Amino acid sequence: MKPNRLTECGNWILERFPLTKLWNDHMAQYYAPKNFNFWYFFGSLALLVLVNQFVTGILLTMNYKPDSQLAFDSVEYIMRDVNWGWLVRYMHSTGASAFFIVIYLHMFRGLLYGSFKQPRELIWIFGMLLFVALMAEAFMGYLLPWGQMSYWGAQVIISLFSAIPVIGDDLSLWIRGDYVVGDATLNRFFAFHVISVPLVLVLLVFLHIVALHEVGSNNPDGIEIKKHMDPWGHPVDGIPFHPYYTVKDIVGVGVFLLFFATVIFYMPEMGGYFLEHANFIPADPMKTPEHIAPVWYFTPFYAILRAIPDKFAGVIGMGGAIVVLFLLPWLDRSKVKSIRYRGGIYKKALFLFVISFVGLGYLGTQPATPGATTVARILTAIYFGFFLLMPLYTRWEKAKPLPSRLTEQPSLEDRIPALIETFEEMTVVKPVETQNGTVLKRRPNLSGILKVITRLAINLKKSLD
Amino acid sequence: MKKLSTLLLLLTLSFGANAAESVHLQDADIDLSDNASLLRGAHHFVTYCLGCHSAKQIRYLRIALDLGVDEKKMLKDIAPEGAGIYDQLHTAMNAHDAEKWFGTAPPDLSLVARSRGADWLYSYLKGFYTDKTAPYGVNNAVFEAVAMPNVLWQLQGEQQAVFKKVDGQQVLDKLVITEKGTLSEKEFDQFVNDLVNFLVYVGEPVQLERQSMGKYVLFFIMMFLVLAYLLKKEYWKDIH
Repeated sequence: MKPNRLTECGNWILERFPLTKLWNDHMAQYYAPKNFNFWYFFGSLALLVLVNQFVTGILLTMNYKPDSQLAFDSVEYIMRDVNWGWLVRYMHSTGASAFFIVIYLHMFRGLLYGSFKQPRELIWIFGMLLFVALMAEAFMGYLLPWGQMSYWGAQVIISLFSAIPVIGDDLSLWIRGDYVVGDATLNRFFAFHVISVPLVLVLLVFLHIVALHEVGSNNPDGIEIKKHMDPWGHPVDGIPFHPYYTVKDIVGVGVFLLFFATVIFYMPEMGGYFLEHANFIPADPMKTPEHIAPVWYFTPFYAILRAIPDKFAGVIGMGGAIVVLFLLPWLDRSKVKSIRYRGGIYKKALFLFVISFVGLGYLGTQPATPGATTVARILTAIYFGFFLLMPLYTRWEKAKPLPSRLTEQPSLEDRIPALIETFEEMTVVKPVETQNGTVLKRRPNLSGILKVITRLAINLKKSLD
Repeated sequence: MKKLSTLLLLLTLSFGANAAESVHLQDADIDLSDNASLLRGAHHFVTYCLGCHSAKQIRYLRIALDLGVDEKKMLKDIAPEGAGIYDQLHTAMNAHDAEKWFGTAPPDLSLVARSRGADWLYSYLKGFYTDKTAPYGVNNAVFEAVAMPNVLWQLQGEQQAVFKKVDGQQVLDKLVITEKGTLSEKEFDQFVNDLVNFLVYVGEPVQLERQSMGKYVLFFIMMFLVLAYLLKKEYWKDIH
């Protein structure tokens, strides 16, 4: 049969460009472990949020004015006079926070299952560079609405550079382009936010994925699936990324969008965490706000900065908190990757680390009272202890024997009946008097709730051993 | 270095101040679907606030469209003399003059409900009390030493503050009306509530529309989720 025109056209391209090969290498014949769980949704979700930020960001630049006289009002006109401008703006502002939620969970997955360990060190390094670029992107983007928090947040963070000995003052002047944050700062931050850093982000995402696909994905068991191949040279415990994980990730996208849309349509300010109240006041260099706090995703690092009494040491501490993450592949001396087969010490250390990170995040949003500062110091010690003591405690601990093949674990769906049972246990159906007579209604059951909490605590303790 | 230390010092100082001034706020009753209240609020705003404060992020036309008022009625009943329907709510007061008179130019109120919150505004507008030492004879329970005079005094009447001693410091206990205004207490509460309701609307005119749209979006995503889940189940049934 003679091929039709369309096929001919397609062939013309395929002879000149390896489209099929690319598709197969990275999607249809990229073999991923079949036991990915909940924690493995966040990589694809990060990509989704990145695309969301690009699309909404481009739409915003069409109406935004990077000028200290016009910036604040132009954002408000986007919110009011541009068709669907409010939706685009909320998608972008909520997307910024969603990005960090997704990325923090994505990084935590790495800590759980040792995804940074040999042979995936470079993936982790690219990922960390992405994290740093993302922080720069978010920081510079936050100046653009030119509200009080934008202005004073930038003022505080940029003046941190002046704590560096000798070159400090000149360096911060060079960054600002002025003696205070001003029009010059706004313009250059706009340029970085919409051109330079996004380009870096795209490049790093590309490198992150290429490096991942070279060595293959890790999995919750932390064992290499490439050790067991079938006669056709595919991992026995691997499944093609497309269609299996594309359809699975779409479910993740659905669940994510449910949360994302709820925030956008019902609580876009998220109680002052996603859009800070003081940022609805135009930037005023003559009036310092009562309480300057960075947006929530920077607060753990901000709390570390404030916890250290000396300014320069504080800046070093804040930078060190990020640098130390880069070193993770070499700090961890454990023979196994996954938390499932590690000893109790790492589990407890990770548990403490999560508490310190969340605790620091909370304290960073709060005024620094003497009591809070003491707590922040303890949490800072735990944060650094987790990393710096890691070479010791991971070497001491006794790992459990590794399975040779992937193990079966209950999936999210399998857990639903148990969840329903727990719900039944925590509530009780009682007759309640209403205007229309007595009706049976579900009410919380205190003894049941206590029982569930104790069981949860016991299980938590057991899982940490 | 010096700049940084001043900044950090300012921060710590402001934290202290922030902790000390936690005043109990009264609840405003916000209902953005109550068009009658919003219209009354718009009228109060133009009558009592617009003399000094602008709300430049909103236009008369937008208010008319959102609250379902005829354009002509809007211009006749609510907008000040000479305003056009496409105009933003600008004030006639010159900012430079205002700064000379009050020490600070009255802020634009378009977003005041988003930066301060409805309860704060409600408590603030009801919180003026006589203070002979203040330049305009009044102070405010939620905004110490505010530069604004009590514009609504004729309606509310004169209010006196009752102080009590806590740990050797004078602390404001309650406010008592000593001289009746033209409105009863209940009428005045309603008046302030309408005004705050309007300011909440002006802060984000689209919020009602946004919320009513939200349920359709969530419903659509849920339908999408069901289909996506079924598709996943179908593909994954052979994977063990």
